[in-house]
Amino acid sequence: MADQLINQVMWPLIYILCIVLPLVIAVAMFVYWERKVIGWMHVRMGPNKVGPGGVLQAFADVVKLLIKEVILPTKANRFLYYLAPLIGLVPALAAWAVIPFDGRMVLSNANAGILYLLAMTSMGVYGIIIAGWASNSRYALLGAMRSAAQVISYELAMGLCLVCVMVLAGSLNLSEIVNAQAGGKGLFDWFWLPLLPVFVIYFVSGVAETNRLPFDMAEGESEIVAGFHVEYSGSAFALFFLAEYANMILVSFLSAIFFLGGWLSPLQGWISADAPGWIAWLGAGGFIWLFIKAFVMSFFFLWFRATFPRYRYDQIMRLGWKVFIPIAIAWVFVAGLLKYYDLVSIGVGA
Amino acid sequence: MNAVTRYLKSLMLAELVAGMGVTIRYMFKPKYTMRYPMEHIPKSNRFRGLHALRRYANGEERCIACKLCEAVCPALAITIDSAPRESDGQRRTTRYEIDLFKCIYCGFCEESCPVDSIVETSIHEYHFENRGENVVDKQKLLAIGDRFEQQIAADRAQDAPYR
Repeated sequence: MADQLINQVMWPLIYILCIVLPLVIAVAMFVYWERKVIGWMHVRMGPNKVGPGGVLQAFADVVKLLIKEVILPTKANRFLYYLAPLIGLVPALAAWAVIPFDGRMVLSNANAGILYLLAMTSMGVYGIIIAGWASNSRYALLGAMRSAAQVISYELAMGLCLVCVMVLAGSLNLSEIVNAQAGGKGLFDWFWLPLLPVFVIYFVSGVAETNRLPFDMAEGESEIVAGFHVEYSGSAFALFFLAEYANMILVSFLSAIFFLGGWLSPLQGWISADAPGWIAWLGAGGFIWLFIKAFVMSFFFLWFRATFPRYRYDQIMRLGWKVFIPIAIAWVFVAGLLKYYDLVSIGVGA
Repeated sequence: MNAVTRYLKSLMLAELVAGMGVTIRYMFKPKYTMRYPMEHIPKSNRFRGLHALRRYANGEERCIACKLCEAVCPALAITIDSAPRESDGQRRTTRYEIDLFKCIYCGFCEESCPVDSIVETSIHEYHFENRGENVVDKQKLLAIGDRFEQQIAADRAQDAPYR
């Protein structure tokens, strides 16, 4: 009984903590990094007062948010109002269960990992809708409606992109998708090359899915103040913030896994395993490669934010329905042909 | 044909990539930010900041209570009372007050002064902590003048050739 308890409850709990705690720290550092990068791109310096170079700025902000009052608007639905941030945050954290950090490091090696991911990433929008609806504010409701429409449109494009990946990899399991990208041609074995347009569409849809600029219609400061979380303050707002950034990091990891070979080294096959010392290590896969790739992808989020103005609502809908979805559907056929005529080398996992 | 090229260009995200090129270039440029308390923007010697009353080198205050500054002040910020000094009967101020909330820092008082007594120093960082401290009296003005005399004299000397 005790053994069972330890095996089935305690170890999974420890694994979960091992993912969630670093994730929360990563979110704090990502916020700092975002403010720094955007500052640099604006020819400013960004935060540089709290701690060396300002690295503790995000933690100072967290403390500030936690000691602030959480205000409940008049005639807001108390239960849903407090529930919404949790509904937004839980899927953002739960999605990490199926992320394979390397060949063995994965919390749940589910066979239908992609389906689980699609379910979890689209669950997050319920938090936004409920937040907008429960807070009894016009701006919040408008933001929630926009967010719902946007997520539904881009979910389709995203799903079609993943269909291409599934066709090539022949699996719904994330570890096997990464293994299918292994081979002797280094980074040219990864799926970004045969699926280049799909890769771009997937990442841009991911930006839209997380309500980040230039697709942040749900917030749209200049039009609807702050959108769905306009009535939230203090720790409830902090949870929305945490969910948004956790989702950004998640999308970065997912693009790295689906299209950039996950934990595989970009030099795989070019360096033999019996090369001396650190050179062999360069050729071997490892979670460090996944982190580097995810870091580069997450940099694009910040880069987009510093570069592009916000889309108009109808432009977002046009881009989603009339550009992304047709191209993604077309590329499903291309992927099918590539697979059928065996034009893409598929690695050991398939 | 033109429409086709434009369509292909937008499909290849050409303009978006160009825009991202601009931002990444700016990311590595030197930053304009002045880290204010640690760094200062250079100030002109003609900067008009906090007021001061000067003294001669022998310690005698310059002000002769002619009240020209009071008369010229467009914001009516200066208040002067005068009386013969008890020790030697010279005409001196008994009260010289500047209300810094009224003052518009135009520098007319300094221009009008026949003995270079009232001056505007280049001090721009000062604050009040209590009500009423905005009215600076004669003692305070003289103290400011004593403390920053070197700076004041240097600024005036630098500007002298142009006056």
